[in-house]
Amino acid sequence: MKVIEVENLTKKFGSFTAVDNISFSVEKGEIFGFLGANGAGKTTAMRMLCGLLSPTSGKGVVAGYDILHDSEKVKASIGYMSQKFALYEDLKVWENIRLYAGIYGVSEKETRERTQLLLAELGFEKERNSLVKSLPLGWRQKLAFSVSIFHNPSIVFLDEPTGGVDPVTRRQFWEMIYQASERGITVFVTTHYMDEAEYCNRVSIMVDGRIDALDSPASLRKEFGAADMDEVFRKLARKSKNNGL
Amino acid sequence: MREFRIFVQKEFFHIFRDRWTTLILLVLPVLMIILFGFGITTEIRNTKFAVYDPSRDDATRGIVNKLETSDYFTLDSYLSSPSQIEQLFKEGRVGFVVVFGEKFYHSLLHTGDAKIQLIADGTDPNTASVLTNYATALINTYQQELLARQQIASGIQRGITAETRLLYNPTLKSAYNIVPGIMGMILMLICALMTSVSIAREKELGTMEVLLVSPMKPFLIILSKLVPYFTISIVNYITILLLSVYILKVPIAGSLVLLTALSLLFIFVSLSLGILISSLVEKQIVALLISGMLLLMPAVFLSGLMFPVETMPDVLQWFSHILPVKWFIIAVRNVMIKGLGITSILKEVALLAGMGVIILVVSIKKFKYRLE
Repeated sequence: MKVIEVENLTKKFGSFTAVDNISFSVEKGEIFGFLGANGAGKTTAMRMLCGLLSPTSGKGVVAGYDILHDSEKVKASIGYMSQKFALYEDLKVWENIRLYAGIYGVSEKETRERTQLLLAELGFEKERNSLVKSLPLGWRQKLAFSVSIFHNPSIVFLDEPTGGVDPVTRRQFWEMIYQASERGITVFVTTHYMDEAEYCNRVSIMVDGRIDALDSPASLRKEFGAADMDEVFRKLARKSKNNGL
Repeated sequence: MREFRIFVQKEFFHIFRDRWTTLILLVLPVLMIILFGFGITTEIRNTKFAVYDPSRDDATRGIVNKLETSDYFTLDSYLSSPSQIEQLFKEGRVGFVVVFGEKFYHSLLHTGDAKIQLIADGTDPNTASVLTNYATALINTYQQELLARQQIASGIQRGITAETRLLYNPTLKSAYNIVPGIMGMILMLICALMTSVSIAREKELGTMEVLLVSPMKPFLIILSKLVPYFTISIVNYITILLLSVYILKVPIAGSLVLLTALSLLFIFVSLSLGILISSLVEKQIVALLISGMLLLMPAVFLSGLMFPVETMPDVLQWFSHILPVKWFIIAVRNVMIKGLGITSILKEVALLAGMGVIILVVSIKKFKYRLE
């Protein structure tokens, strides 16, 4: 079953084409890596899929809803974790969970029960009443991810979720992503780290607003005759007219 | 409704968990009323003055006596030479110096060109002009009394005597002028400045993006931001009124209901301004600067709070007309100080309501429901 289907999606800002006629689809439960250099158009594409930006032309269906006409329903079916840290630092851990759960319409009773469970799973029971600003960055990032999937969305969009996090925490973070995927949540993730690209089921690589490659990491390595994803990425990025290489 | 309640609660947490925000919102208004009401005052009391008097005759003694026996001035010293004057001002010992000409009484009676000079410190022009005005008035009184005595002696009545009476604020208490101004400033500060900064903060931290991706309606996000600042404005409105009536002794001459309705209207205008500013900017510091420079500073200078607008250059006077706070202050003066009814403030109310609606419509159009 496809949870994301995109056809000829285009976004123009004035004369600049940020996203140029892209088409792809993502299967339910898949971990889909969305790669590209800075300015390649990943964030713009992702914002269109989340209903934050309306496309100039083309079509997109996310979680069964049209992104142009049913953006409210799209919003209710997805989770989102932004590049910038998105929890409130001056709220306590449980208050943050309750706030986001409330926005997504999770009932008070269910929120209470599941908060207990979640904190136990993360090993954060003692931090229930701590302000988020007192937690180390890695913990916050894990908490932010848990909060973004608290309402059991069918898809979660992660915009460079591991920026600035140490390797050990990144490892743990990816384990959480796998667990979410096993629960049937589709994960749509952008990243800068090429080793993380290897963890994805499939990756797409954007260059100058277009998707230049889309396949499993193993097939891409074979296709480009590269030892790792980093080399695949560099070979593709070299074609870009933007980076001056 | 539940998400709205949780959201409003979150806004209150933001405010009360930050010590500085709490201080600004609840303590600053009280401090401002007390500082402006008592500290910054245009009334003159017991200002010291010095005298250089080469004549030392009846008339000069009479004038010095007149100045000294008033509530406004006390004599600091007699100077032996005019060269001492500058030193006195440098030390800041006196507010002004009176310099008499030679043979003062003689000139006054016979040649009619008795010379008297008042020297004040021009680095503070407001105080200087108030001091010299008061002193001139006293000297004139002395002159009239002197003339009156001579007229009685000679049996002729002549001369014009102007008697001044100030309505609504008979004792010239500056608090009467300051309370409406402070009220306008505080409401502006809380509604426009704090609201715009708090929305800009969510944009800067990236939480606004997450909220916009959520199913929560942008309209509700903004509304829940307004609730706490609206509540705090009401609390401050009540505090300011209580302080001004019981501490500064400025009575509410007009209708309290009308005054409250007027203030609610102004709160609505200021909140709309706050939303407008936050819809234009991405950073807290920019929101702060715009609100501070474009709203608060002009509110202080152009609204007539400290200086009369009538004496300003035309450009500035024209600019002051577009400031909502100016009209609010005028209306509050009419209702609270003069005790006038609604018919006296129809123009101000219409202007405020018009501004509020325009600002709100523009800011709703500007507010980016989608992050473009």
